[in-house]
Amino acid sequence: MTGNSAKALVLPLGVLVALEVWARATHLQSDSLAPPSEIVMALFGAFADLSILAATRDTLFSAFTGLAIGTIIGLAFGIAFGIFDTFNRLMEVTVEAIRPIPSIALLPIALIALGFGYRMEIVIVAFACVWPVLILSRAAVRSIEPRLMEVARALRLPPAQRVWKIIIPAALPRIFVAFRLSAGIALIVAVTVEIAINPLGLGAGIMLAQQALRPDLMLAYLVWIGIIGYALNILLTVAQRRLFGRAALSGDSP
Amino acid sequence: MNRTALVWRLASFAVAAGFIALWQLIANLKLVSPVFLPGPDRAWAALVRGFSSGDLWSKLAGTLEHMAYGWLAASIAGIAIGAIIGSSRTMRTYVAPSLEFLRPLPVSAIIPVAIAMLGLTQAMALFVIAFGAIWPIMLATIHGFAAVEPRLYEVARSLQMSRLAVIFKIALPSASPDILAGMRLSLTVALILSVVCEILAGLDGLGHWVLLSARSFRSADLFAGVILLGVTGYVTSVAMSLAEHRLLAWQAAQQ
Repeated sequence: MTGNSAKALVLPLGVLVALEVWARATHLQSDSLAPPSEIVMALFGAFADLSILAATRDTLFSAFTGLAIGTIIGLAFGIAFGIFDTFNRLMEVTVEAIRPIPSIALLPIALIALGFGYRMEIVIVAFACVWPVLILSRAAVRSIEPRLMEVARALRLPPAQRVWKIIIPAALPRIFVAFRLSAGIALIVAVTVEIAINPLGLGAGIMLAQQALRPDLMLAYLVWIGIIGYALNILLTVAQRRLFGRAALSGDSP
Repeated sequence: MNRTALVWRLASFAVAAGFIALWQLIANLKLVSPVFLPGPDRAWAALVRGFSSGDLWSKLAGTLEHMAYGWLAASIAGIAIGAIIGSSRTMRTYVAPSLEFLRPLPVSAIIPVAIAMLGLTQAMALFVIAFGAIWPIMLATIHGFAAVEPRLYEVARSLQMSRLAVIFKIALPSASPDILAGMRLSLTVALILSVVCEILAGLDGLGHWVLLSARSFRSADLFAGVILLGVTGYVTSVAMSLAEHRLLAWQAAQQ
């Protein structure tokens, strides 16, 4: 295993060294590329003056608030659709009509309705996060072992208790998979909205660095956004394995 | 479709029509300022006007063109690179971990870099769309190649097939469900990135149209654009499902 992870490092390290040597040898003057050492320096610089930390806070705040709102809405509808088949069938056309709208297309609407700032970004992130949660939690509720529902009926649990004590625990592993997917989407949408229009957070930071002709800082932002995306993914994957073990894998298709 | 399913479908359409009526009611009563929320009647009128004057056609064509070129380039490159990496164990151990590391990167973060390199041009948009759309396809291809039934490779070895023949006759067909699933994911990515690039670079397309409409508070035109984008997303994904169904029919028949 250590042999394999060493091999995995060969390519990225080789690329970094090659870039560094090439940039030094040609005395690179560019608006779009910078030697890796300068990118690292720029990243440290941005940490030292706290600018990148403030931007990270803004982005993550918008992404997570939107994620929370989207997850709650998606979960409520997903569970309702899963339990009441009539409701699901009646809403089918409406859901299928709204779902394919690309989240970013809502940007101009959110812009004129809410203006620049956190709120419009949160609304767009929430819209994007609703769908995976809704679809997967609906499927999860439907695939609950029917005998569990029979037990609930035999115990004459009232509907609220039925949801809270039977349905949510049984569907939770797959709901968490949906949450993990949505968390990735939340970060992507938040950064995209910031790059496209919203003067806020990491996306605005990277655009500003580009317009200021600071390729080192721009690429430092890019690396940092990559690290955050990767860390979030690792964190949620580990959480999923810890919390649910193998149960979570059943609903996890690539 | 049998009878009950049809009845349910009709009922479901009726509910959707009810929501549109509710939207009309809200707009008519001016519960939300008409600057932000045009009624469905005004949105529809804007759609008809846009299409009859030809404006919307050209914007729609622009977006579809960006999306299609970027997506096709990504599909070809993604399958080719994925096949090269996936068909060799050595390549997989050396390259795949780096790709897994890059996968969660929000692809739109590459836009500023692309702007710095290529300017606010068509080429920038195509590069960004292709770069964003390549990941799902490439990773799906690698995964599909790695998951080929090992006995098929043994057959290939005993038939002394060349590596190219193995790729085209065994690996690609057996990885095709994965690859097509990846291509379907990429379609959404391509649409979103087309819109973002049009907004940023002012390229001819629906993204530019909705932004301009929003800037000048022409909310009916804005909603017309958003509706059209939704239709684009829906139609492309349905077309992809149909293509998937056709292309994979041989596999369903086998099982």
